[in-house]
Amino acid sequence: MSYLVVVAVTIAIYAVLTVSLNMVVGYVGQPNLAQSAFFGIGAYFAAVFSTRYHTSFWWTIPLAFVTAGVAGLALGAISLRLREDFLAITTIGLNFVIVAIFQYVPFFGGAVGIYAIPLPSIGSYEFGNNAFLIVALAMLALVTLVSKYLEHTWFGASLIAIRDDEAAAASVGIPIASYKIIAFALSTAFAGMAGSLYAPFLSAVTPTTFGFTESIVILAMLIFGGLGTIRGAIVGAIILGALPEAFRFISNYRLLTFGLILLLMLRFQPEGLVGEGSVLAKLVQRAAEMLRQRPRANTIDPPSSAA
Amino acid sequence: MLISSLIGGVVMGSLYALIALGPSLLYGILRILDIANVAGLTLGAYTGLKVFDATHSLAASLAAGIVAAAAFGFILQRFLYRPILNRGPLIPLIASIGTFMAMEEVFRLAFGPYPYDFPAPVPLPTVHIAGTVVTGVELLILIVGLIVLVATWYTLRRTRLGLLWRATAQDRETASAMGVNTGLIIATIFLIGYGLAAISGILLGVNYNTVYPTMGDIPAYKMLAIIVLGGLGNPLGTIVAAMLIGLVETFVAAYLGFVLPRDAIAFIVLIIILLVRPQGLLPGESVRS
Repeated sequence: MSYLVVVAVTIAIYAVLTVSLNMVVGYVGQPNLAQSAFFGIGAYFAAVFSTRYHTSFWWTIPLAFVTAGVAGLALGAISLRLREDFLAITTIGLNFVIVAIFQYVPFFGGAVGIYAIPLPSIGSYEFGNNAFLIVALAMLALVTLVSKYLEHTWFGASLIAIRDDEAAAASVGIPIASYKIIAFALSTAFAGMAGSLYAPFLSAVTPTTFGFTESIVILAMLIFGGLGTIRGAIVGAIILGALPEAFRFISNYRLLTFGLILLLMLRFQPEGLVGEGSVLAKLVQRAAEMLRQRPRANTIDPPSSAA
Repeated sequence: MLISSLIGGVVMGSLYALIALGPSLLYGILRILDIANVAGLTLGAYTGLKVFDATHSLAASLAAGIVAAAAFGFILQRFLYRPILNRGPLIPLIASIGTFMAMEEVFRLAFGPYPYDFPAPVPLPTVHIAGTVVTGVELLILIVGLIVLVATWYTLRRTRLGLLWRATAQDRETASAMGVNTGLIIATIFLIGYGLAAISGILLGVNYNTVYPTMGDIPAYKMLAIIVLGGLGNPLGTIVAAMLIGLVETFVAAYLGFVLPRDAIAFIVLIIILLVRPQGLLPGESVRS
């Protein structure tokens, strides 16, 4: 039971990462191959402050949110100057730069990382796995609600307009630069927030946990589920997060699995499993339409058709 | 020290140029950053090693490596890249990263995680230039590098294939409308690009006497930095950038003795270049002519 809870916490944290990554990659259509670096920034700041300055867990959450968001603000500003594929390379590089900073700057504990991160507590109650799960799910609910809310605002619609046609979006008065930057900051801030939970959950952080491979794993989950949709992000995180637990051998072939998923999905089903326009989504849509049409058809058809 | 750094830098530069030339040609024609090309490098090195163990001939080893990697490249372009070419630059890039990661795992499963020796004797003498020892392998890298670079320059500038490559690079649809068989050109460039990857993989393996599954990691980062620095898709710029990075790395190591992580430095430089001069050192040469 406890093991299942641990798996569930991991999956929920992955889901926070995919839903937040979707804000930039899915809505704005900008590449970010460094989401795990921002996850790492959040985890590291939470780890440093809770071990060295004995900051309470509840304060490290906003701290991680803000620091990762500020870093994302910088990436957003950079993104304005670069075309898609150049930006993709920059974000690849960002993984290595940030991991190197964790490794070589003494403030972040060097190559061994930071150990003995205290468990969060409420009053005298110290967190068990169940409490971690509740907080992880609360974080997932928060990022999903914000994401869902964005979809219904002028801001969110503008992001999608920027993705579909940047020039047209600019011509109707959408402030492209500031909206892109805000989207990057928001997306990375939530990744940082997930990091603030991940650090005490593992009780230790090491630099290589947040490397390029992990960024690709998060991206693979999002693409597998369906880029551009919240349900896709969550479904991708659940299935690909549970897969290595359900089939032990997959965890030995992690890179092979995630690499193949990326290349097969992009080649054959770029809409993802449940994304907009995917085979599954179309089936559901068709079924819904059929259900909606049937009663109407009955009212129009003369009763003689029964004969 | 000056002469030895200079020679060492040029050797590294030649190796980098060989590694980055294939992806640069591919970028020029398809606007795809083909990271999977580096999987061709590792594939070439393993194939070359296995054939060398069987035949003890470096020539046979090179030939087999080139054939294997070229076949891999051909399959990739036919079944992966060609169908997703029109979906913008990002999707092929991410697919190529996926391919690269998956292939590294395939190498690990097929050949084991440990490094192999690649003790191929190079039929070239060790020479001394101004008190600096240049090994046979380094001499081979310089010679192969020179041949490949001259051949590339000649092909691009003086042959029909080069003309068609430039036409396709400039505008694939218009070239196609003018009767250029762009599919054939793309396939040819993939064969050449992956053949070059195999050559650089084998030279890399022999030079450091080691072949291992993740041997492509560092070349992949370097390749990205070099292509960006050289102006994406510009083969001549790529060669200049490769030499520059080879020389700078060697001189910095010799005179400053940096112990900072090299990959991180390469990427910091890369990000700064992208921000300050995103068109690279020698921009748009391939498109302009």
